[in-house]
Amino acid sequence: MGLATFKGGIHPPDKKALAAGSSITDAKPPKIAIIPLSQHAGAPCKPLVAIGQDVKKGELIGEPGGFVSAPVHASISGKVVAIAEFPNAMGRMVNSIVIENDGKEEWTALKDNPDYMNLPVDELKEKVKAAGIVGLGGAAFPTAVKLSPPKEKPINAVLINGAECEPYLTADYRLMLEKPKEIVEGLKVLMKILSVSKGYIGIENNKPDAIKIMQDAARGAEGIEVIACEVKYPQGAEKMLIKAVVGREVPPRGLPMDVGVVVQNVGTALAIYEAARYGKPLIDRVVTVTGEGIQSPKNLMVRIGTKIADLIEEAGGFRDDAVKVVAGGPMMGFALSTLDIPVTKGTSGILVMPESIVEHSAEFGACIRCGRCIDACAMGLQPFMLSILGEIGHYEEAKEFNLFDCFECGSCAYVCPAKRPIVQLVRLSKSMVKP
Amino acid sequence: MEASKKEHNFIVSVSPHVKSGETTSRIMWTVSIALLPALLSGLYFFGPKALFVTLTCIISSMVFEHLYLRVVDKKSLVGDGSAFLTGLLLGMNMPASLWSFSPFTAHIPVIASFVAVVITKQLFGGLGFNVFNPALIGRAFALISWPKSMTIWNEPTAAFLSMDAKTTATPLGILKEAGVSKLIEVFGDKMSLYEHLLTGNRAGSIGETSAIAILLGGLFLLAKRYISWHIPVSFLGAAALMAWVMGGKDGLFTGDPVAHLLSGGMMLGAWFMATDYVTSPSLKKGQIIFGIGCGLLTMLIRLKGGYPEGVMFAILIMNCFTPLIDRGVRSKVFGSVNAATAKGGAK
Repeated sequence: MGLATFKGGIHPPDKKALAAGSSITDAKPPKIAIIPLSQHAGAPCKPLVAIGQDVKKGELIGEPGGFVSAPVHASISGKVVAIAEFPNAMGRMVNSIVIENDGKEEWTALKDNPDYMNLPVDELKEKVKAAGIVGLGGAAFPTAVKLSPPKEKPINAVLINGAECEPYLTADYRLMLEKPKEIVEGLKVLMKILSVSKGYIGIENNKPDAIKIMQDAARGAEGIEVIACEVKYPQGAEKMLIKAVVGREVPPRGLPMDVGVVVQNVGTALAIYEAARYGKPLIDRVVTVTGEGIQSPKNLMVRIGTKIADLIEEAGGFRDDAVKVVAGGPMMGFALSTLDIPVTKGTSGILVMPESIVEHSAEFGACIRCGRCIDACAMGLQPFMLSILGEIGHYEEAKEFNLFDCFECGSCAYVCPAKRPIVQLVRLSKSMVKP
Repeated sequence: MEASKKEHNFIVSVSPHVKSGETTSRIMWTVSIALLPALLSGLYFFGPKALFVTLTCIISSMVFEHLYLRVVDKKSLVGDGSAFLTGLLLGMNMPASLWSFSPFTAHIPVIASFVAVVITKQLFGGLGFNVFNPALIGRAFALISWPKSMTIWNEPTAAFLSMDAKTTATPLGILKEAGVSKLIEVFGDKMSLYEHLLTGNRAGSIGETSAIAILLGGLFLLAKRYISWHIPVSFLGAAALMAWVMGGKDGLFTGDPVAHLLSGGMMLGAWFMATDYVTSPSLKKGQIIFGIGCGLLTMLIRLKGGYPEGVMFAILIMNCFTPLIDRGVRSKVFGSVNAATAKGGAK
């Protein structure tokens, strides 16, 4: 029997060996933390602190600005020195709270409750919400919202995403090796909250040790199954993973809950466990600092708000030929123009690319209709048409070619022999028309 | 200032930040390499004249491409292999006898190359924008303009250096004029006919005669996933079916599909001409429609038309339908019930 997978997709070199061997170490707490009030999909937070105020580690400093939102917390103890707009990885200006570290590392009260599995569902849900947990795979969708599906969408399976299909990144892999029990516990909490009996953990087959360790950790846990998936990008995209593991297809523009599934990343599962048991808010996350352009690739446990410049230093600094820094993985990450950008809840990796593997040229050729993008598209689209229509400005027409079903995974642009900027043209088209 | 905070000029671009090593020019050169067995077979059977004709086409195609792009003040892309491939295919679709007509002017291959590269490709916007297969338009132009010269076929000879050759009829010509029994008689028996058609030891265009050599290149492209099976298989399948059903003199279902598949330009057309990316549909479903159309039209022309061969016109006619097929046929969007519901998206 073949491994679980989906139709389409690509096989970029995974380059995970660079950082895979480095166990997760704590990054130095930053001297200055810049904590954006919007690190998630949805409404930005309202600040709850004033300049000059002292805050403790884990203290709530921004309250949700709507239903789809997530609170933010101080990741260090110290003094609020500014509340102002700072750029984020996407280049947008975001209102942020800046805290100067007092070095005391003083926590708000955390209480261990070993009996957390017996808490009422509403209380567990409230803990997840209060901890400010969002999807840590990159999309940063508020987790509490996923845990409150409307009545007409019954959920019957929870799927933990351990695919980590982005090349280079190893944060989820290291978490699975180092915190397997905790991840399984997080999954159990999710299953309890959603009152489902079936839990899956989907992992790409290039991480056999993680599959083995997770299988061991899940042994004895009722209804939890570890599924090995084919190594293929974008295996970790929600829709593709559900198709591979559960065998259901989320309808176009639909959500996983439309097929009765909730998907959470392994890092999110860990955060859920820590929130349920200790009431720990999401103030740190694992970030893979890697790439051929960095001295010593590492997996770091990083406080939210740490500047990317600090992480580069922590990983030994740039090599001489480093020319491109990407927040996230090489397929969907954002290229940075400055290192004075904070790590947010959605930052899964920092990739430093040397000159030799970066394509400089902004030039691209005409589409020769070779069809490689069609074969690569996991959504079954015709990306070449989207790129041609985007290039000539026929944005409305692009909608007829399912423009808004594209989730910009970049597989088409990866395989394109003419090096056409298909994702860029898709984004341009999306911005010019309404869905 | 700390080391990592010094001013950097980072490269900023939209994701993805990695790309495959595949390039348009690598595709062009790989397809050219896949044509090598068929070309070598042509050179073996038709001697140095075949080489001269092919080289004339290649060189003039590249020169015209370069000159045209210079004249319109665009960057010359002559190194991308596209003009080379067009010239190569054009040469392989011409009779070797052309050279003997005017050894130092060779006007037919040169003019055909101009028509192929400048008129068919560049005037329509260049690579990627041409409606018709450039090499085939070049050949069609030559065939219509110089019908006599373009249909003088040399007898194949393994005498590699011989410049003189007797002229003869192509198997398809015999088939058209006198039927399959005469064709078998000329080659001795049926097995001998098939053997000659497979190896390429028969009259015809330079690169079209050896079915085995063409298949070798075609399978290489298939194995490298440069082409998919959809166009060749549906093309050859539809043609074989029609040849069998309607191709016999003794009524329905008495035709000889093998003789038809292996003669003329059927193999070269199905594997290398109809599979041209730019002028064939992109979706697999569309490719099957396109292939079936090519196969049926080829046989229609061969059996009922005025020309003994129909591959060239069949592909050119189907080229016209390619944009229509590409718009009419849609892929099945992930999660949708069928392809039709995907059309239009949410309005």
